[in-house]
Amino acid sequence: MNIKIDGIRVDIPEGFTLLEAAKFLGIEIPTLCWHEGLSAWGGCRLCVVEIGEGERKKMVTSCTYPVEEGIVVHTASEKVVKSRKMILELLIAQCPTSRTLQDLASKMGVIQVRFDPKWENCIYCGLCVRICNEQMMARAIGFVNRGNKLEISTPFDKNSEDCRKCGGCIYICPACTLRCQGINQDNVLCNACYNSLQPTCISNEDNYNCWMGLKNECGTCSKEESKNI
Amino acid sequence: MYLSKGQIEHESYDSIVDECIEKHGEFLIAILQDIQKRYNYIPEDAMRKLAKKLGITLRDVYGVASFYKAFSFTPKGKHVVTTCTGTACHVRGSSKIVDAFSNELGIKPGETTKDLMFTHETAACLGCCAIGPVVVVDGDYLPKVKTTAIRKIIDGTKRGAAILEEEDQRIFPIQVVCPQCNHSLMKPEHLVDNYPCIHVTISFKRKHGWLRLSSLYGSFNIESEHDIPVDTEVNFFCPHCHAELVGSSTCPECSAPMILMLVTNGGNIQICSRRGCKGHILDI
Ligand code: SF4
Ligand code: SF4
Ligand code: FES
Ligand code: FES
Repeated sequence: MNIKIDGIRVDIPEGFTLLEAAKFLGIEIPTLCWHEGLSAWGGCRLCVVEIGEGERKKMVTSCTYPVEEGIVVHTASEKVVKSRKMILELLIAQCPTSRTLQDLASKMGVIQVRFDPKWENCIYCGLCVRICNEQMMARAIGFVNRGNKLEISTPFDKNSEDCRKCGGCIYICPACTLRCQGINQDNVLCNACYNSLQPTCISNEDNYNCWMGLKNECGTCSKEESKNI
Repeated sequence: MYLSKGQIEHESYDSIVDECIEKHGEFLIAILQDIQKRYNYIPEDAMRKLAKKLGITLRDVYGVASFYKAFSFTPKGKHVVTTCTGTACHVRGSSKIVDAFSNELGIKPGETTKDLMFTHETAACLGCCAIGPVVVVDGDYLPKVKTTAIRKIIDGTKRGAAILEEEDQRIFPIQVVCPQCNHSLMKPEHLVDNYPCIHVTISFKRKHGWLRLSSLYGSFNIESEHDIPVDTEVNFFCPHCHAELVGSSTCPECSAPMILMLVTNGGNIQICSRRGCKGHILDI
């Protein structure tokens, strides 16, 4: 299938997702709830990209969207970058102690969180449920309840007989493992890893190619812009 | 069919679960509904058995069951009263009805009385806002419910069916005066249950303040400056002459001192001074 990602034409076999196509080209798209070896779930929305052109543009999650003949994809348009930052802000507000999230924030140049922090321990990425289900074949934990009462738990909150005590769920959890210690109490962002280099590229356009092969991810080019959002 | 707690404990769920599976095949929600119908809730062991028999993990059964509010994992009462707290019913005062049920039954919304008679629930809009505030008792929709009718609904439900009559003959407003100074204790500016309230001053422990009683005979609604903990004995005073409104007798139900007030068209009323006790004597 002929598709066009960020101006690059490429032939991708049917059945691949946009995320896989981008990976194939070395274009980085931030992901969180996607994991190699687990089914794509589309829960975190961090991997959004814009597809289509002009009026018919829309945002989709690249980890679940299959390639289509002639599809035009922008992985780092202004809108996409802006939405990703907003999504990450929301995720950080839910769980500021997650180092995975804080690292993503530094990488994507998120310098503010405009939501009240909730200090929860889970961002409902579903990774633990899927690893338990698909890799460990245990099906010990799952989503319980619904809406604002949603949580990850075992049936009846009791130790599950189905659990193999493999620790897979803890290994994969972006919120439990790797606690970020450097959180700045003023804005719940750590940004210890944030760099203040000058932009390494000249301009920030939809289809530009950063000489480092990055797309806004290094953060240096989007730092100024993120202040303005 | 409603089984009492003792029966449930002795029952093995095997046959019931088998029956339900036979009836509904592999349709999990239908099976769960059926189990809930039989036991009034979904017992943990029944769910475990069900998962085993259907060959799916308990996690999946639990995940589905916990998703729907209609499924309960704790025993529900024989009767379920659901008060609508949707917007339309809320503006018509359904929160007072919820409070009244809480008071009468002694449980918060979502709980079940110890004797497994009543479960008290709230719902967000039952889809018939025009007749709000709505209370559903065992599937019967009661329209335009007033707080004064709550007791009647509960009594009626215990006896069989909840009937909501327009006017309860046993509920009528009374007017009272202080037995010492003969000043009226009524305060028309303030309404409780939509009738002028009886306004007195009270003291308990080290607190003093006003208390407004419903003047409807049969209603126990009050408004108070301070929260009065249940079981506190409260002293009542006339707000005009400050004499204590104390009666000569003690409460027939809990033997706390009684409060005495004179009814304007003759007779007197005595009410129990202990918060939460509904003892009273009307003498006309
Ligand atoms: S430790 Fe238990 S719950 Fe966690 S992935 Fe392994 S089997 Fe599943
Ligand atoms: S516990 Fe961790 S892995 Fe599981 S859903 Fe929550 S954040 Fe994701
Ligand atoms: S990685 Fe695609 S939605 Fe989470
Ligand atoms: S708000 Fe009560 S029925 Fe709609």
